[in-house]
This record gives sequence, C-alpha cells and structure tokens, in this order.
Amino acid sequence: MATQIVQHAVKKPERKVTVGKSPTRLAFERFFRNPLAVAGVIVLSLIILVTIFAPFLTKFSPSTADIMNTDSPPTALHPLGTDASGFDNLARVLYGGRVDLTVAFAAAFMSMFLGTLYGGISGFFGGWVDNIMMRFVDIMLNFPFLILVLALESIFSVQGVWILVFVVGVTAWPGPARLMRGMFLQLREQDYVIGARTIGCSSWRIIFRHMLPNTLSFLIVLVSFSVASYVGLEAALSFLGLGVPLSVPSWGGMLNASTGYIQLTTEPYAWGPPMAMIVLTILSVNFIGDGLRDAFDPQSKA
Amino acid sequence: MSTPLLEVRNLKTHFISRTSRVRAVDGVDFSVERGKVLGIVGESGSGKSMTSLSIMRLVPGPQGQIVDGEILLDGKNLLKLTEREMTNIRGNQIGMIFQEPMTALNPVLKIGEQIGEVLTRHRGMNKAEAKKHAVELLKNVGFPRAEQIVNEYPHQLSGGMRQRAMIAMAMACQPTLLIADEPTTALDVTIQAQVLDLMRELKNRTGTAIILITHDLGVIAEMADDMVVMYGGQVVESGSADSVFEEPLHPYTRALLESIPVIDEERERLTAIPGTVPSAANFPEGCRFADRCSLVESSCREKMPELRELRKGHSVRCTLAV
Repeated sequence: MATQIVQHAVKKPERKVTVGKSPTRLAFERFFRNPLAVAGVIVLSLIILVTIFAPFLTKFSPSTADIMNTDSPPTALHPLGTDASGFDNLARVLYGGRVDLTVAFAAAFMSMFLGTLYGGISGFFGGWVDNIMMRFVDIMLNFPFLILVLALESIFSVQGVWILVFVVGVTAWPGPARLMRGMFLQLREQDYVIGARTIGCSSWRIIFRHMLPNTLSFLIVLVSFSVASYVGLEAALSFLGLGVPLSVPSWGGMLNASTGYIQLTTEPYAWGPPMAMIVLTILSVNFIGDGLRDAFDPQSKA
Repeated sequence: MSTPLLEVRNLKTHFISRTSRVRAVDGVDFSVERGKVLGIVGESGSGKSMTSLSIMRLVPGPQGQIVDGEILLDGKNLLKLTEREMTNIRGNQIGMIFQEPMTALNPVLKIGEQIGEVLTRHRGMNKAEAKKHAVELLKNVGFPRAEQIVNEYPHQLSGGMRQRAMIAMAMACQPTLLIADEPTTALDVTIQAQVLDLMRELKNRTGTAIILITHDLGVIAEMADDMVVMYGGQVVESGSADSVFEEPLHPYTRALLESIPVIDEERERLTAIPGTVPSAANFPEGCRFADRCSLVESSCREKMPELRELRKGHSVRCTLAV
C-alpha cells in the first residue's frame, strides 16, 4: 500500500475488485457465500411466496366453513382435511402464514424502531439523561410480559393482527433499546464521531448520519433474530388464545384447535403442517441471522 | 504587530466528579500568530490534547468543564458563544486533525462524502458541487487518483492516505487555524515526513496558522515558529522555537532535550527523566516538576512559581532560572 502514497509513482491498475464497495456490501457478499444462510433465505422466501400466492394454491377460503364436512380426514377435496368447524386445513396453513409473518416482521420493525430511537438518544447524550431513561427500561423489562399483553388487550377490547403488532411492539422495545444504547455509548467515543463534531456537525446529524449507519449491521442481525422469536411468540399467544381471533387463520391458532387428546393422536394432518411451518420459519430466520452476524463480523474471514 | 489570531488566557479545564477534581488544564496562556506554527510539547497527561479540545469546545462532558479563562479567536471569545455559533466555527474557521487516521474517518461513508459534508455544511454547496470540490481538495493533498478516491471507503486506504484525507477535510473551508493533535505519531517515519511537508506546504499556500501538538521534539524543531512546553496542565516554558532550543530555561525542557537520543553518541542507556507526571487529581503544592527535578530546592515545594518573561518573548515557570 505504501507505494500508492508516493505521489508520482505510476501504479498500474491492478487494484482489488473491492473498489468502491461499502463495508455493508462486502458483508452481504460474504453472507451469500454461507450455505446455511442461503438455505435459510430460500426456505423463508418459499414460505413467503406460498402465503402470498395462497389463493392460487387452494380454492378454499380460510374463513368459509364446509359445514357438511367437519373433522374430515384428508381427502382429494381437502388434502389436509378440515377442522371441527369445517374450515379447510390446507387453506388455513397457507393463509395463516400471512398473519404469522406480518405480526413477526411488523412487530420486529416496530420494536426495533422504538428501541433504536430510545436507546440511541439515551446512549448519545449519556449522563443523567441516560440514567433516567435506562431506569424506565429496567421497569419495562421487569414487567411481566403476558400480564401486560392481557391488560392491553382488555383495554383495547379487540383482538386483531395490528393490535397484536402494537402490543408486541410496545412491550418488546426495551430489549433492543438497551442493546442500541450500548452501541451508541461505544460509538460516541469513536474518533470519527469527535471528528464529525470538529467539522461542525450538529448532534442530530451526528446521530443519524454518522452513528446510525454504523449500527446498521448490528441492527440487521438484531431484527432477524427478533423476527424468529416473534414468530414463536405469535404462535404462543394464539395458542393461549391471546393472539388473533379464531376467525383469522394463524399457525398458533391451528395448534390451539388441536390440543385435545383425540386430535393429537388421530389428526396429525391437522396440527403437523402448521407446526412444521412454525419450525421451518424460525429455523430459516435464525440461519439468516447467524449468517448476517458472521458476515458483518470484521474478524470473520470468509 | 497586529493582534494574534488566537489568544488563550488562563484556560482551566477540569474534570469534576463528586469525589475528585482532575485539573487537566490548569491556567494555560499562549497565543498563535497568523500564518505561524505553534508547537505544543509535553508528556502524555500534560494537558496538550485537552487544551486543543477546549479550543474546539469539545471537552468530553458532563465531567469535563472549562471552568475559567478566555479563548479569543480574532478577538472573539469562543467560550461565550452558543453551541450553535460554535458549530459554525468548527470546520469552518478552525479545522482539526487527529492522531489516529485509522479510526478518524467514518467507515461507512465514502471519502468524498465525508469531505463534501464540510462543504455542504459551511459553504452551502450541493452534493454534486461538494464532490467535485472534494476531488480538487484531494489533489491538493497529493492524491494522484483523486477521482477514484472520492468513491472509496476508508478501509481501502492506508494510514498515510487517510491522514491526507483528514487534512483535506480539515482544510476544506480554508480555516484560519488548524489544530493538529499528534498528526504523525501513528505513521511510519517516511510517511511522517510527507505529512509534515504537506502541512507546511498548505500553510505557506493558504496562510493557515497551525497548532501542532506532539511529544516529538524533532517535529517541533522542523515545523514550529513558536513553542510551548506543557507540564502538569500548565505552561512551563514558552518562546520562539529557536530561543527555546538554543537556551532552554526550564529544567524540564532541558531534561526533555537531553533525553533525545543522538545517533553518533556512545551511550549505554537512553537518558530518561526519573519518575512520572504527578496525577492531575492531586498536584503537589509548589512546582509540579519538583519531585523529578535535579535542581530542586526546598523553596520550590512551597509556592507555585509564576510564568516569568526572562528573555524577550521567552518565558519560564521556574524560580531558579536566571
């Protein structure tokens, strides 16, 4: 490299192919060389595509019951049978992904957004601002989550996808907030942040232009892992009857409908597919998260 | 002679916590003439860097506070300005470069974007103009492939190149004052010389005055017109570089000069100053160098010596110096 310093040295363009590639872009290139991560992307894309194109894959609506055909075993008409109300199980698995994935992604982005904003301000300003803001986070973190969900749902007295997103979003932000605060505290001491001050940048400009992009890699990893946990969370809440209403198909809701001993032993075609979908989604999102983490880690050689 | 560009008077920057008061900068006076280079030397912990951050009003808060003094830039007291007025001065009238070029550039922004930011911020240029101007600035600091460099990221440049890019950024608005905090410490010796040459050339071309902070007396000898020797948060000696090198008056300055190894001298060991800088949390009563001074007398420990002008323009904080 030292030869490039010499002003008059004629350097033939044998430069690396990395010219003009941002660190983020290099990380994504590393990501796509990781087979597990790529498998995760493929599986997750398939799941998403299937839920989007559900109307083309089944002629049944997930919310129209075939009342003449309740608790049907798999037939040519209903490949995965029907449930006790006569809803087609295949249609509910396909459409149910919409609810699960929407809730998981929307809640992840919402909690991440709130957490970044809160943690970023707390970490950037530090001192007593940080102290007060973090004590509030401590309170939120120690609040029993399920009770809060119950309380919020009874306050709004409706169940629905967006209520669920809202509830998860407003209860889950303290975790990301604490992590982002740590990131910002660390970044604040970086020379380039002090450097940005020496060229006359305002605090807001430093936060959004100089610090936030540097947390992006961390944020992407955080989002991917929280998506995985929120898929599980949605399933758990629906299983407990706290999620979306029964008329809206969801994977957790389908599991909830098959909790009886009879269904568990005699109707694996009813609860097996939604369970498989939950497991596959969580696994693939976790693989993607792992891949992203390795790709963004400057120490990792790939 | 006209008024100096920058005058620092009785500057005190302390770090105050409930249990202690660290007097990092404790009553510092000096001035920088227009277009001249002022060298500030001192050991680690002598308050050099805090002095420069105080001038920028970037002392890390909330513990760090400028508790007393005046910093006059063109006769205007920077300590009286609001934060907003101060952001208009930073990068515009005062530029700054740091010791560590590897970490002083934002890794996710292109070189051109970072240099351009100064120009969009202070010169009201749009992004395209700023980028075009950034190419010019990079050429001025000796980048042959400036058109490509603006589109590259810091991790693609070497240390010396980054330091040049930093200089280009600090000089973008042609500030009247450039603060260079150990600009060459982290660089190879050959690159050091190039960076110093570059700074001198820019100074001659633009008339920017430079505060050069270093612990390398060789750098001072090569670059500085005037110099200030700091010890324990205070100025212990100041004067023109020539007169200080020719006739160092303070025992500390003399010890510093003696500890420079000379290449054709037969020596078993390098000369060092015994002891370490006293902790800024509890300075001794009298002269702060007393514990390490070979000439110390009992009177030295009783009262803090004043900074006295012993020769014309050459002052020293030592009662024994004559």
